[in-house]
Order: sequence, then structure tokens, then C-alpha cells
Amino acid sequence: MSAPNCLVTNDWICGEYLRTRRGELTDALLQHVGITAASVLIALVVAVPLALLVRARPRFAGPVLGLTTLLYTIPSLAMFSLLLPFFGLSAALVVTGLVLYALTILVRNALAGLAAVPAETREAARGMGYGSLRLLWAVELPLALPVLMAGVRMATVSTIALTTIGSVVGRGGLGNLIEDALPTFFKAQVLAASVLCVLLAVVADLLLLGLQRLLTPWVRIRTAPGGG
Amino acid sequence: MTDAWGWLTTGAHWTGDGGIGQRLAEHVYVSGLALLLASALALPLGLWLGHLGRGGALAVNVSNVGRAVPVFAVLALFMVSPLRNAGYVPTVVALVLFAMPPLLTNAYVGVREVDRAAVRAARGMGMTGGQVFLRVELPLARPVVATGVRSAAVQVVATATVAAMVGQGGLGRIITAGFATYDTGQVVAGAVLVALLALLVEGVLAGADRLLPGPGRGPGRGHARVPKNRTIRRSRLDG
Repeated sequence: MSAPNCLVTNDWICGEYLRTRRGELTDALLQHVGITAASVLIALVVAVPLALLVRARPRFAGPVLGLTTLLYTIPSLAMFSLLLPFFGLSAALVVTGLVLYALTILVRNALAGLAAVPAETREAARGMGYGSLRLLWAVELPLALPVLMAGVRMATVSTIALTTIGSVVGRGGLGNLIEDALPTFFKAQVLAASVLCVLLAVVADLLLLGLQRLLTPWVRIRTAPGGG
Repeated sequence: MTDAWGWLTTGAHWTGDGGIGQRLAEHVYVSGLALLLASALALPLGLWLGHLGRGGALAVNVSNVGRAVPVFAVLALFMVSPLRNAGYVPTVVALVLFAMPPLLTNAYVGVREVDRAAVRAARGMGMTGGQVFLRVELPLARPVVATGVRSAAVQVVATATVAAMVGQGGLGRIITAGFATYDTGQVVAGAVLVALLALLVEGVLAGADRLLPGPGRGPGRGHARVPKNRTIRRSRLDG
């Protein structure tokens, strides 16, 4: 008798809610993960070539950085709304908006990462007969990875939070649950979706940190003896 | 696009209850109040921690926490609590919370990054801790602190839009009302207004930043070293 009551009394924490709406919560979580993953991956695929282009042709630096910064200034709700005539009520709208935001962070970090590659290292590789493609793949990208990954982590965490705004077009993952719960002041649903959203951000950040350590083992080896 | 233009150029949409004028006034009111409150709380704390050289982890990590917590979730939590009956309070409290990270971080970093040689010289001249803070650290930290205030202001104006999604006031209401009536023209018109306001705030503050004489900027002050490119980069928190 006491268990179903927490839905009736509208408690903040309700085990009955988590039990009966498990499917709904899982679907929202999966949509959230899908939108975030698609956005960050697309942004990464666009950002790295853009950064390489800017590095090769410095005269593109001003327009590319200026445009991404300008896009970054537009508030999220306005960004999604401005894309409405082009995409309608679709997940593509949300993903496009999030890609535009993530681009700003990723282009800057990719550029900073590439700039951090020591010139001696680059010259040594050239001296060893590395062509520019092999130089990029085997020397520059691995050395740029720590800074690039810092950008990926930052972009991922903020994209997870921003995805909730996608609920304005019904494609906001956990944000949809928050929006649906508002008219009835359904506390358990708002709290559960909010907590899941923060947990998702923390877990994604830790997973990316783990991935970064796996991809750049030399960083850990070099810093470990120094105690930090 | 023509629908949006048509909506914007209809005089009736600018005045009256729920008109652009009222929504803009609400937006500016909650944003300004939140920025004032957040500055009053975060700046003294950040500057003080920077002066002491303690609590750096706290001052820097609040940004990471802010990034992970969606503002929409915080607003929604307020709106299903008794706070929903308190007028603009839910929005203002949420905006204050999300404006604090850039203020706190930049105030702390600004003071910490003041040239240690300048601080040691001031101490050697017999200045007390308070004098070092007021005459050396604070003037030298000002550009970085000002960047923090600018980030927070742009942040607050952007975040105030989200308040509309939980039924609170502000320019975002034009967008949500457009969605509710499937009026794409109104949605785009509202979005243009919000984007213009954000760009205007950014532009005005960037201009003000440039006009203000700062240490290391004016002639004859070239000796004061201002850390360049060390300002904390802005991050999007209006999720």
C-alpha cells in the first residue's frame, strides 16, 4: 500500500516511479546519449579538418574563429528556433545546433593542440623521411591529443546539458521527461531526469578521461614519477 | 523568414500584455538583478581567495560543475517546488547560480596571476596585506575580473531565455508561445530578438572593456605585466 502512494502524494523520491517508468527513462536516456554522441562526433569530424585548414592557410583563421565565436554567442533556445524552418521538428535540428556549439570548442582546442607540437619533433620526423600525411597521423595528432581530448570532454559535458533544451522540439532526451512533468508538477520525474542527466555527464567525462589515458600512455608514464 | 519579418513588424506584437516590450523588460530586469547579486556574492569571495592563495580547486572546479548541470533541470526543480509561487525568484536564483562560476574563477585567477615580483616588492615596501590587495593586486587583476563579469553577463542573458521553457518571463516566452501555436514565423522572430540581445550585450561589453583604461594598456604603464591570453575561456551553460 505504501509503495504506490508516493506517486499519489507526489514525493521527490519515488521508487515506484523508477520501477514503473523504467522503459520510459531508458528510452529518454538512450535518445540523450544518441543525440550527444552524434553531435560531438560530427563536430569532431568537421573541427579537425577545419583546424588543419586554418593552420595551413592562416588567412582563414580570422573568419573561421570569428564565425564559430559568433555562433557560440547565440543562446541555445534561439539557436534551435532559428533552425526550425530548415529542419522542422526533428532530431536533426537539435544535432545541428549542438554541432555548431561543439565546433567552437573543438576547433580552438585542435588548433591549440597542433600548436603545442614542438618544432624540433616535427623537424626530426621530417628528417627521418616522414611525408606530411604520415607526419600528421603518426606525430602531430598523437601529440595534439591531450589538448584535443580536453576539448572533447568539455564539449561532451556541455552538449549533454544543452540536449535538454531540445525538448522544445520534443527531441531533448531526458529533457523531454522534465518538460512533460512540469504541467502536473511531477516531482519524482523532474528529479530523476535531472539526476540522470548530471550522472550521464559525469560518467561520459570519466569515460573520455579513461580513453585519453589509453590513447596517450606516454603522458602518464612521464608524469607518474613526479607524483602528479 | 518573411513570416518572421511580418511578425516583427506588426505593431500589436510590441505592446501590451506579453508583448515584446514587456518581455524585453522582464528579460533585462531578471538578468540585471541576477548579475548584481552574483557579482556581490562571487567577486569578493574570488578576490579574497585569490589574495590568500587558497581554495583554487574550488574556484576553478565550480565551472566544471556548472557545465554538467543543465539550467533547464534546475529551473524545472524550482518550478515543481513551492518556489514557483514566488514571482521571478526561481529564474533569478537559477541565473545567480550559473553566473557565479565565471565570476569566481576569473576573480581568483586574476589575483593569483598578478606578477609575484610586484606583490613581493609591495610587501618589501612595508605595505600591509590590505594595502597590497587594494593598491597592487586589485588594479592589476582588473582586466581578468572584467572578462569574468562580461562572460557572466552574456551567460545570464542567454540563460534567462531558458526560463520561458518553465513558464517564467523573458524574451524566450515569444519563442515558446510560437511553438505552442505552431507559428514558425513567431518562433524565428523571437529567436532573432534573443540572438540580437545576446550579441548586443556581448558587443557593448567588449567595447566598454576596450574603452576603459587598464593597467598595461595606456601609455606609460607598460611595466605592469598583465597576463595575456590567460583569461578563462567562456563555456556554454544555458542548457
